[in-house]
Amino acid sequence: MAIKLGELTCAGTARSVASGDLSASELIDSTLDAITAQDENLGAFLAVYGKQARQRAQQIDSDADLRRQPLAGVPIAVKDNLCVAGHQTTAGSRILEPFSPPFTATAVERLESAGAVLIGKTNLDEFAMGSSTENSAFRKTTNPWDASRVPGGSSGGSAAAVASGVVAGALGSDTGGSIRQPAAFCGVVGLKPTYGRVSRYGLVAFASSLDQIGPLTRTVEDAALILSVIAGNDSKDSTTLPVPVPAFQNDLESDASDLKIGVPEAWLGKGVDPDVKREVTAVLAELETAGAELRPIELPHEEFAVATYYVIATAEASSNLARYDGVRYGFRAESNDLADMYANTRSGGFGNEVKRRILLGTFVLSAGYYDAYYGRAQCVRTLLCKDFNQAFRDVDVLVGPTAPSTAFAIGEKTNNPLEMYLSDVFTVTANLAGLPGISVPCGQDDAGLPVGLQIIGPALGEAKILKAARLIEQLRGPFGPAPIV
Amino acid sequence: MSVGPEFVDYVAKLAKLQLADDEKDALASDLAGVLEFFEQLDQVDITDVPPAKHVIGLSNVERPDAKSSSLPTDKALANTADTDEDHFVVPKVLPD
Repeated sequence: MAIKLGELTCAGTARSVASGDLSASELIDSTLDAITAQDENLGAFLAVYGKQARQRAQQIDSDADLRRQPLAGVPIAVKDNLCVAGHQTTAGSRILEPFSPPFTATAVERLESAGAVLIGKTNLDEFAMGSSTENSAFRKTTNPWDASRVPGGSSGGSAAAVASGVVAGALGSDTGGSIRQPAAFCGVVGLKPTYGRVSRYGLVAFASSLDQIGPLTRTVEDAALILSVIAGNDSKDSTTLPVPVPAFQNDLESDASDLKIGVPEAWLGKGVDPDVKREVTAVLAELETAGAELRPIELPHEEFAVATYYVIATAEASSNLARYDGVRYGFRAESNDLADMYANTRSGGFGNEVKRRILLGTFVLSAGYYDAYYGRAQCVRTLLCKDFNQAFRDVDVLVGPTAPSTAFAIGEKTNNPLEMYLSDVFTVTANLAGLPGISVPCGQDDAGLPVGLQIIGPALGEAKILKAARLIEQLRGPFGPAPIV
Repeated sequence: MSVGPEFVDYVAKLAKLQLADDEKDALASDLAGVLEFFEQLDQVDITDVPPAKHVIGLSNVERPDAKSSSLPTDKALANTADTDEDHFVVPKVLPD
């Protein structure tokens, strides 16, 4: 029987592998065939681990204990800013092209321990800096719904791989929307956990106070399942929270009448495409009909979120990326002395957007300007956190569009960095406040492109946003698959 | 503040970046636009507002000061361009 990859889920695959109805090896062969057939055009992958994945699948097929694991035999793709020991990890940058890490990211290690099969690494904006995956030093990724459109970013490769059907689950990272926005553009589910819920050990750092790893999947149940596997305290990342991790996937059903939804007015205000507004409003109306209570919410400092975000994110990036100097790993430019080697290595190894952000970050942290930019932004961040705390006294979750538009055309925003930054307007706040957020497909625009709806919850409120997302998934009915499948 | 090629030169030097002239012009214009955008933060009243630290409220995490395993030397050196026994080799530190 031919395996229909686009119809598989992570949870269903694991159940079928456990029961013996599905062979992990046959599934991996089908997955690898599908990648070979479509990835030249889609460009979702930077590396495919064929041999290793086949060996792992055989091991699972012949080991009854492994077949009972929660992700037994499930092919998973991971964004190429997650380290996998012995495999090139580029972060989409020439400066890391020769880098093969000696360790594996905790999130990846946990997936593998849960029986998942690592199938390869996905494309991304260089160092996860971007909203379209166009900043990758290696290749373009197209949107599986329309090849002339971007898949979103920076986890565009992971979103495209899941939307195209080759894998049912992937990992991304989200610093200002880099899981949720590509999930919205590609019509899949994308979850950014609470800051500290998932270990960042082995994630190539962009902005350490904002970065989180999370799943991209086609169903809410799969997002819950992967989160329950990768989350939890880790001695290798002291910012992980010492709190228990529920089996989120076993507690997804709820009644809309128990749900109080806050609707920040600005989220459906000016700058939002009419089609996006129409689809999100329609889902909100359906939720209300089903018994949910809708309340308008004000987040008084939200209008300053994008500026706050770009001050803090570039500041942290300039500091984190200071480590790329050609000495211990990565690309090294030939030079006569050390100072020249540093400058030539960094100038030759980093792409334009990364240089732009390093310069911005260096400036906002520089003597004489620190207080006016970085110091001030951190105070505005405090006010934003307070806005959210206040909102969650009255409501369970906040709901709005994930992005102001659907997927834009390739090349449309590459010459205007500020316009590209503004496409993150609804996602950056959750990172600044450390809150969990999920994007779930809620409809299509007039051109047939997916519209994503974002749900933000209070800190450690993953169970709440997953339940709300599950409600929307049920109200909405089946979504996709993308036409490329 | 004027954001021209000299400004870009100054910040690039701090960031250890060497930029070509055409890169400098494009970056100056990009940075000017973004820094102007940042100025909106001046409208926010931050009197008596403390800067954000850990947003979820986690405080210092400590571990016992005990010996534990670390990256073996050969693995630590495996990704560098040039080594000499157990050391990283870099070009001379002081220019001629």
